[in-house]
Amino acid sequence: MVDIYTKPKISVAQIVLLFSILVLVVVVGIPVILIFLTAFFEDGKLNIPGFVQILKDPDTYQALWNSLVIAFGTTLVSTTVGVFFAWLVARTDLPFKKTMKALFLVPFMLPSFIGALAWKVLLSPRAGYINKFLMALLGLENAPIDIMSMGGIIVIESMYLFPFVFLQVESALERMDPTLEESARISGAGLLTITRKITLPLVLPSILSGALLVALYSLAHFGVPAILGTEKGIYNIPTKIYERIYSSGGSFRAIRVGTILSTILVISAALILKAQDLLLKKGKYQIIAGKSMRPMLLKLRALRTPLLIVSILYIGITVILPTVTIFLVGGLKTYGLSFELKNLTWANYLEIFRWKMTKDAIWNSVYLSLGAALVTMLAGTMISYVIVKSRPRGKFILELLGVLPFSLPGTVIALGVILTWSGRFGINIYNTPWIIFVAYVARYMAFSLKSNSAALQQVSDSLEEASRACGATHFQTLKNIVLPLIRPGMISAFFLIFLPALRELTTSVLLYGPTTRTIGVAIYALNEDGETVRAAALASVALIIILVGETSIRNFLARLQKQE
Amino acid sequence: MSEIEFRSVSKSFRTKKVLENLSFTIRPGECFTILGPSGCGKTIVVRLIAGFETPDRGTIRIGTTTVADGSKGYALPPENRNIGVVFQDYAVWPHMTVLENVLYPLRMQKVPKEEALQRAKMAIQQVNMEGLEDRLPYQLSGGQQQRVALARALVSKPAILLLDEPLSNLDANLREEMRFEIKELQKSTNSTLLYVTHDQEVALAISDRIAVMNEKGEFQQVGTPEEVYDQPANPFVFRFLGIANFIPVHARDGKTFLASSAKEFLPLPDTVQKAEGTSSGKFLAACRPMEVELSHTSGPLEGKVVRKALLGPIIDYRIDLGGTVVRAQLQTEEGSMKGLIFEEGDSCRVGFSRLLWFPGNGEGEVTHG
Amino acid sequence: MSELKLISVTKRFNQVVAVNKLNLEVRKGECFSFLGPSGCGKTTTLRMIAGFEDLDEGELIVDGEVYSSSYKKYYLPPEKRDFGMVFQAFAVWPHLTVWDNVAFPLQIRRIPKIEMEKRVKEALQSTGLSAIKDLYPSKLSGGEQQRIALARAVAINPKVMLLDEPLSNLDPKLREEMRFEIKDLQRRFGFTILYVTHDQAEAMALSDRMLVMNLGVVQQVGKPLEIYNEPANKFVFSFIGLSNFLKVRVRQGRAFPLGQEEGSPISDEAPTDLGDTCYAAFRPGEVDLVSTSSGSGISGVVTRSTFLGDLVDYRISIGSQEIRVQKPKKNGLLRNGEACRVRINRIHWFPLD
Repeated sequence: MVDIYTKPKISVAQIVLLFSILVLVVVVGIPVILIFLTAFFEDGKLNIPGFVQILKDPDTYQALWNSLVIAFGTTLVSTTVGVFFAWLVARTDLPFKKTMKALFLVPFMLPSFIGALAWKVLLSPRAGYINKFLMALLGLENAPIDIMSMGGIIVIESMYLFPFVFLQVESALERMDPTLEESARISGAGLLTITRKITLPLVLPSILSGALLVALYSLAHFGVPAILGTEKGIYNIPTKIYERIYSSGGSFRAIRVGTILSTILVISAALILKAQDLLLKKGKYQIIAGKSMRPMLLKLRALRTPLLIVSILYIGITVILPTVTIFLVGGLKTYGLSFELKNLTWANYLEIFRWKMTKDAIWNSVYLSLGAALVTMLAGTMISYVIVKSRPRGKFILELLGVLPFSLPGTVIALGVILTWSGRFGINIYNTPWIIFVAYVARYMAFSLKSNSAALQQVSDSLEEASRACGATHFQTLKNIVLPLIRPGMISAFFLIFLPALRELTTSVLLYGPTTRTIGVAIYALNEDGETVRAAALASVALIIILVGETSIRNFLARLQKQE
Repeated sequence: MSEIEFRSVSKSFRTKKVLENLSFTIRPGECFTILGPSGCGKTIVVRLIAGFETPDRGTIRIGTTTVADGSKGYALPPENRNIGVVFQDYAVWPHMTVLENVLYPLRMQKVPKEEALQRAKMAIQQVNMEGLEDRLPYQLSGGQQQRVALARALVSKPAILLLDEPLSNLDANLREEMRFEIKELQKSTNSTLLYVTHDQEVALAISDRIAVMNEKGEFQQVGTPEEVYDQPANPFVFRFLGIANFIPVHARDGKTFLASSAKEFLPLPDTVQKAEGTSSGKFLAACRPMEVELSHTSGPLEGKVVRKALLGPIIDYRIDLGGTVVRAQLQTEEGSMKGLIFEEGDSCRVGFSRLLWFPGNGEGEVTHG
Repeated sequence: MSELKLISVTKRFNQVVAVNKLNLEVRKGECFSFLGPSGCGKTTTLRMIAGFEDLDEGELIVDGEVYSSSYKKYYLPPEKRDFGMVFQAFAVWPHLTVWDNVAFPLQIRRIPKIEMEKRVKEALQSTGLSAIKDLYPSKLSGGEQQRIALARAVAINPKVMLLDEPLSNLDPKLREEMRFEIKDLQRRFGFTILYVTHDQAEAMALSDRMLVMNLGVVQQVGKPLEIYNEPANKFVFSFIGLSNFLKVRVRQGRAFPLGQEEGSPISDEAPTDLGDTCYAAFRPGEVDLVSTSSGSGISGVVTRSTFLGDLVDYRISIGSQEIRVQKPKKNGLLRNGEACRVRINRIHWFPLD
């Protein structure tokens, strides 16, 4: 009898588990609980009538209604557009497919509030360039198009959100076993019948999950309604919360209204998720991937060129036109001048890097996103490892807390963070960059968990066990086998957080202080102050940073994938 | 080369009992196979020896070291057990080259660099992978990956080699080649080898001894390949080692009758009557398809061909003996030469070159040997 | 009476010839298999018959009617061909119940409801699916899913049934069982079967006639036993089962293993028209192994013997060549390293490549 290893009372695994739970509880759990507590309790007593009364207030009621209408409309439009283009690329003989597929994903890169800013410049009823042009051309009294309306908000949001649906549906169509359609064909069905009865029902799960993302996103989106709606008195829940808190100077009463509206948002989001769950859980949907054979393609014949032109025009109008507008406006000597060379100057752009407010904003965004991405990635790796590999008792708490932020709108997270970190627990970081940092970590934790868990699930247990059998300890196995294998997942988690954080607006706008503006906040604030040219110039700089970032990351990830 | 001993080992997962009171010994240097249906708990045996699982009760000894004791709740961690493991899914680390994979165990044991390199190269040579040292696993075929896994398991000269269905992901030809190589490697390295599989052909081909395990995790028979094949302890073992015909009969005073139609069948042999101490009751007559002898004229029983399928070198018939259908196979060449090609619907005479008799009628009632 | 006729059919994919000048007649009610290694063109042929691929050259005629013709640039689309087809990956629609899957082709044809229900019922019954008709496919096993695909294909009472490796995703036991079920369905519904497989045992067990194909070219067409007993060439011989190819030198009709021209010949009836050296091909089972004391037979040494249950598998070296022999265990066991004599009972002769 030699060398018997006895288990210690508390193992390293248990410590890691406890630490993981602690992180999620502090970052996610407490803020959410505080929101519900604040919404339903007043002075330590349950106050349902107070809750109802605030909802009955026409002002808040209208915001709630608008949020739902915008979410519904945007989801409908995005889904239609996304499914149509996905089908066009995957199931017809549209020319230049690969290029078109890449182009349809470009709207992802353009932050929607910058898009909204551009469209406001082009189509605002008072001073929109296109409106002025049309009025002059047709001799009209009134502007023909009013983008600053509910309809406008829905259209602009859809423009930049439809890739969620496109991406999901297109890849589902590509993965689908072609024999599913072929067997329908041999059964006697023509291509249109097959599309209707077989293809679309089979990709329904993907359509739904794309639509769900759009719905969650547009339900609580701040940027577009803030830029296109506020001026006209159109509010949705996030803009209403912002307006209340901002106009009251951050009073508790305003925050309480915010928590009540947030509760409604959370419940709506939960309902949307539940609905998707119910629809998909029947288990009957399951796309069976088969050997990759060429799928049947619908011959567009005479429609081929027109549809190609429509697609290109769509990209041109939704991406290129607004981008060019932003760059041009950013160079104007004074807002309102026509886009002639003599009216343009580089000075505006240079000023962005000299002026303290914009300079700070860029700096804040960069280091906050980098920091949040790094920390969230590492924490996510640890928590995912606990969830996927050690399968402890109580792991369901981790999973629940991990996916919760996914259904939490940015506004809600911001409010929760305010409630938690402004002194209630002895720590007050309000008005410091830390509060934004904490909010980013909470907001993007779900991304990190998703990416890391996916990577970890690819690492089969036997890879670790083989290492143990070779004489490596648990720690050596982690270092030599697990970490190198999930590195791509970690890196993609990092960028999945870094890039959206860089352009974040919804959460930051409720948390910024005088010296802690982010890029998004600065653009928004400049626009609010009527500094359209400066807003556009900063937006142009932001676009360049995002574009460079996205492209280099895509290349990097593509290289990584090739290595695998 | 070490002995492995299980003493009254039990293991359950949640409420599911996988192993119950299992005891056995694997002799030093032996190639021992556990053969059983999937999900019968044979993989757990491997995992218990490797240290990936701890027994609930009972002890496991490797050589002179007790590596796990369920009742005391202790277990030696896998890295301290000096074992080599080969997994069904190869478990070759995708981010390391062939050489790095094979070097890893030596690195962990802090073997000096020069010596480690030499030993790794030797192991790679042993599995016929020279020249591929710098390849990454994705550049290798399944068979080659499995060879890397073998080399990695062998390189540290473990006392015990554990192989968990290592060939089931390979195609038939490769499987045949690899099982031979494994046997050769075991002989040359002199390690104790535990091989776990559901494939009776591999088990028969490579083992010194086979343990046949049933769905409940119980050993049904332990013996040499010839023993378990020729003298199966019970119908389960017989069925698990190849295609099996079972003919349920009722015996009365040494005569037997088909359970399905009461038609008379072959008499109960004296030896069986003696061994069982009775000439009546329920019996199960069993034989392999190759042991059914068909003929046009001679043969004790009458049969009718209900199915015929040419399988290349073999012709496969289903013969109805009167409510009970048996499968008969004969070699195509022999059939052609002796004019024994029957068509569906033909009548024929049937005999058996060998019949086994199990008391009872159906497996549930069979007493375990 | 021919149901289906392919006339000089050629198909290329990017300059690579997948099927080369294929001529074929399949008779009504026949079960006809296409056998060959993967990539030999058998699936492409089936897909051309189904109408999923156009023909680069040639014609397809079904029941006297032109279905595809490269000359007339005419292709009847798949949905108009009234064929039944079953795919390897089952291809049952996961969003429809078993019943709806089977009813789909009838709904498309606007069969009246009463008639339709009768036919779906019959199809489900004959595939043993009646009890699970309301379930969704994802809840079902591979075997059940493939039965749905079969039921769906027979529901329209097709003239011709196309089966593309329908059993290769199933486990061996089930595969054997389903073979019989397919034959039973054929008996009941009376369709012609075109069956594509790479599994020689499956092709031989099922077919009335079969075609062996390699690299897009037909190697042999015939009844299974004919092909087994009289293979047209070396490829067919090797594809149809385990095989030995022993290089021999032929002298006046006597064939000696290469390098052993001094000993006894393996045959004295070797053909003289294949040149000085050729292959003697034989199956592992068609060999007798005897002890060295008996005089006849070529001498060899057992290099490896493996116990496989019914059979013992031997590798035997003959000079520098190795052959494989499988004999029932009852014939006695030879040990590794033991010398023996080999008598080959049936030899096919093929020229060197």
